[in-house]
Amino acid sequence: MPEAALLQIDNAERVFGGGRTLFGRRLPAVHAVQGISLDVKKGETLGVVGESGCGKSTLARLIVGLDRPTAGSITFDGRDLVAEARSDPQKLARRVQYVFQDPVASLNPRKTIRSILEAPLRHLLGLDKAARAARLKELMEAVNLAPEFLDRYPHEFSGGQAQRIGIARALAADPELIVLDEPVSALDVSVQAQVLNILDGLKARFGLTYVFISHDLSVVESVSDRVAVMYFGRIAEIGPAKQIFAEPRHPYTHLLLSSAPTPGKRSLIPEDANTELPDPYAPPPGCAFHARCPRGTDTCLAAHPPLEPAPGQPSHLTACYHPIEGAGHA
Amino acid sequence: MSDTAAPAMPARKKRGGGRPSALRLLLNNTLATTGLLVLVLIILIALAAPFLPLPDPDVTAPADRLLRPLADGHLLGTDALGRDILSRLIWGARVSLAVGISATLIAAFFGSLIGLVAGYAGGRVDALLMRGIDMVMAFPYILLALAIVAALGPGLLNALYAIAVVNIPFFARNIRGITIGLSRREFVDAARLSGKSNARILFGEVLPNVLPIIIITMSTTIGWMILETAGLSFLGLGAQPPQADLGSMLGDGRKILFTAPHVSIIPGLMIFVLVMSINLFGDGVRDVLDPRLKSGALTRPVARTAVERARVPERQPHKDNVLDVVDLNTQFHIGSSVYRAVGGVDLHLKQGECLGIVGESGSGKSVTAMSLMGLVPTPPGRITGGAAWLEGEDLFAVSDERIRQLRGADVSHVFQDPLSTLHPLFTVGDQLTEAIMAHRPIKRSDADKRAEELLRLVRITNPTERLKVYPHELSGGMRQRICIAMALANDAKIIIADEPTTALDVTVQAQILSLLDTLRRESNAAILFITHDFGVVSAVCDRVAVMYAGRIVETGRTQDVLENPAHPYTGKLIDCVPVLGQPERRLDAIEGRPPVVDNLPAGCAFADRCPRAQADCRAGEITLSPFGEDRAVRCLHPLERGAAHA
Repeated sequence: MPEAALLQIDNAERVFGGGRTLFGRRLPAVHAVQGISLDVKKGETLGVVGESGCGKSTLARLIVGLDRPTAGSITFDGRDLVAEARSDPQKLARRVQYVFQDPVASLNPRKTIRSILEAPLRHLLGLDKAARAARLKELMEAVNLAPEFLDRYPHEFSGGQAQRIGIARALAADPELIVLDEPVSALDVSVQAQVLNILDGLKARFGLTYVFISHDLSVVESVSDRVAVMYFGRIAEIGPAKQIFAEPRHPYTHLLLSSAPTPGKRSLIPEDANTELPDPYAPPPGCAFHARCPRGTDTCLAAHPPLEPAPGQPSHLTACYHPIEGAGHA
Repeated sequence: MSDTAAPAMPARKKRGGGRPSALRLLLNNTLATTGLLVLVLIILIALAAPFLPLPDPDVTAPADRLLRPLADGHLLGTDALGRDILSRLIWGARVSLAVGISATLIAAFFGSLIGLVAGYAGGRVDALLMRGIDMVMAFPYILLALAIVAALGPGLLNALYAIAVVNIPFFARNIRGITIGLSRREFVDAARLSGKSNARILFGEVLPNVLPIIIITMSTTIGWMILETAGLSFLGLGAQPPQADLGSMLGDGRKILFTAPHVSIIPGLMIFVLVMSINLFGDGVRDVLDPRLKSGALTRPVARTAVERARVPERQPHKDNVLDVVDLNTQFHIGSSVYRAVGGVDLHLKQGECLGIVGESGSGKSVTAMSLMGLVPTPPGRITGGAAWLEGEDLFAVSDERIRQLRGADVSHVFQDPLSTLHPLFTVGDQLTEAIMAHRPIKRSDADKRAEELLRLVRITNPTERLKVYPHELSGGMRQRICIAMALANDAKIIIADEPTTALDVTVQAQILSLLDTLRRESNAAILFITHDFGVVSAVCDRVAVMYAGRIVETGRTQDVLENPAHPYTGKLIDCVPVLGQPERRLDAIEGRPPVVDNLPAGCAFADRCPRAQADCRAGEITLSPFGEDRAVRCLHPLERGAAHA
């Protein structure tokens, strides 16, 4: 794995709302993501995990240029991605692509699969008719769909097939980085496995880099090299997947891991524990997880904990004043 | 893993045959067809006006003035200047139609354009355009039309412009609303990432989706436009003499309404017939094109699923079972095809037991559960066989009133999405007390107390305060707790939980599962738990039934089934779940897709995807046969013990 970072996010922040009304009254603002710093190396898969409302989809939209950060910078392959998204979105789209969560909603119901897949070939690569036909055949073969499907409409497809079309579209422009936003959470388990296997194969075949966003820990564990755990718009823990899953240091990661239902295991979570997220319009001071945290102290309320490396593991960072030391999860 | 065209093709053809085409739907509507026929007739006559043997409509003949209808040479009589009314009527209809249609086209074009741009661009552009539209709408429309005609001078063409301008806001607002919704959709983002420019997205992606709405709006507007043209002409601002137009004819006849009523009544009737036919036809077009009507959302299903049982099972229910379902068959009849959603399901629940029904989407697990209390919509659903005994009472044979009493009392439901289950306009307290008071005659204050108890039961802190909040003020987990409290409100014997945790986050899901587990032990209610997730099943269920293509293929104690699946489908289904802590495990996908339930193969429905399938699997009916203690499997070549995870 080459060491150069393909994507680098530095202190990115995205605020929704805010500003003032005509009469100078402040409008409420929500920090969807704040203080996010991470990098993705060429050829790796970075898994991003978190519950709904933690800002993972906002992060995904920032990376593909569908949205712009209100502060901080994002660099892709040494160039300013934010500036490029504004000045030449097509150039960016040639290198960074996106797979949507809802496979059916991401396909225009009134277009055939052919015209959906041809759009990036025509507008991003400027291929002529013959080249487009050849590439379409290649794409359909890459995602394991029969070429006859090209002339059908999206409603004729099952969720799994539609998601493969979504993947084919992302692949069409031959990008380097693909952001996958919950690509399998709308699918049945049996179909989910099909799509995950296809993604795996494509990555090896085309040398792709993935940012894989999901709320499902077991899926993220099976695909990721590194994992970032997000809570309330910030990174709680980031590091190599093996270490995060074997020795979670942040109490939130630990909670997530012990909550996941697994065949053959009964749940251990007490039914009256607090699962409420803080109010995004009035974020608590210090660590946002404090109210739910069994290890919380007054220190946690004073300031937000910085991301710090675990002893002896420089790549495993945790934003916690009282990390869990050396204990595997139950 | 590869999907060839073969399995999907027949499904598509079936669907084509099952759902009638737009034109056939339109022709099924008698009123719309009548409207269309009348309209076509009027248009044909109007178009043929120059070729018909009609007297010149503008030639006056004072000698023949005010002849009654059926007079010699003048079928509909003559007007005050002796002009032939029939001829003027046909030429007038021609003018009115032309003006109405062209005004509609102009208004539709500019209105839709404004609406599309405003809705898509949003922000300042939207504000600017829509405030402009608001200003046009602030004037009474007829006043505005009068002002425009006054400024431009009377004349048919100016009237046309005036009417078009007045109707632009109508289109703009309609189309803007739709466009706003569409341009926030994912496919628009996808098109942007495909390199399409804004103009291409607007006209290539959004417009095709808006087009049906534009057509619907046009079809309902033309009639209105013709009326408005007639109105302006009636006031003398439209067609100028001697040109005939339905409105001006009406205006001419007004002064002699009592001496020669036919001069005004005939064009009045003509306007009525013309506008009526257009409106009837327009309504028909709307019904066919409106996606909401198409999805069947407005076909009102009856309060309980129709029961048309071909056979009623002989077997009597077992005494120990709270619920005993035998040979349940539920079908959907759509067009000419019959979907066998549930094809002979047997299941039973003892007191306090939790049975999990597992299956992929479309396996019939939800329809099975919905059939019990008659919640499958009819049309198109109907129960065609079997029986469901709730403590010895056949649910398919009891009266509608009895079912109503049982719903929410003895048998209650918890659904997947608590936000759509709870009513957004009432506080959770109101909804809980309503659920309680619907089933027992108690005072409001007692019901309030009971509601508080229920919230405490589902571990909601400070219940008195929480009763006063609205559903949107609660988190997803809290809302689902409210739904569970509601299900427990009347000491349910059976709770049917249909994917109750699928929409929740993992930490919340874990809590709701333990809550359900504790509650059923406390209240001794049996749970029918529907899910697609084997992880969730093992968290709460005592027994599990695996469904495939409308039938149970394997059933047994949860642990037995999970550890030693006997049906190859169960084995595959377990193998394709990623397990935490085993990232190296290769996910074993199930090849192909489940069969469509309107075209089930003979024998085993899973045979086409099964690695163990042999010739006898496809030969005929395979029964659910006992397989060890408390265990049954519908397979001729079941997996051996321990073979599944090899």
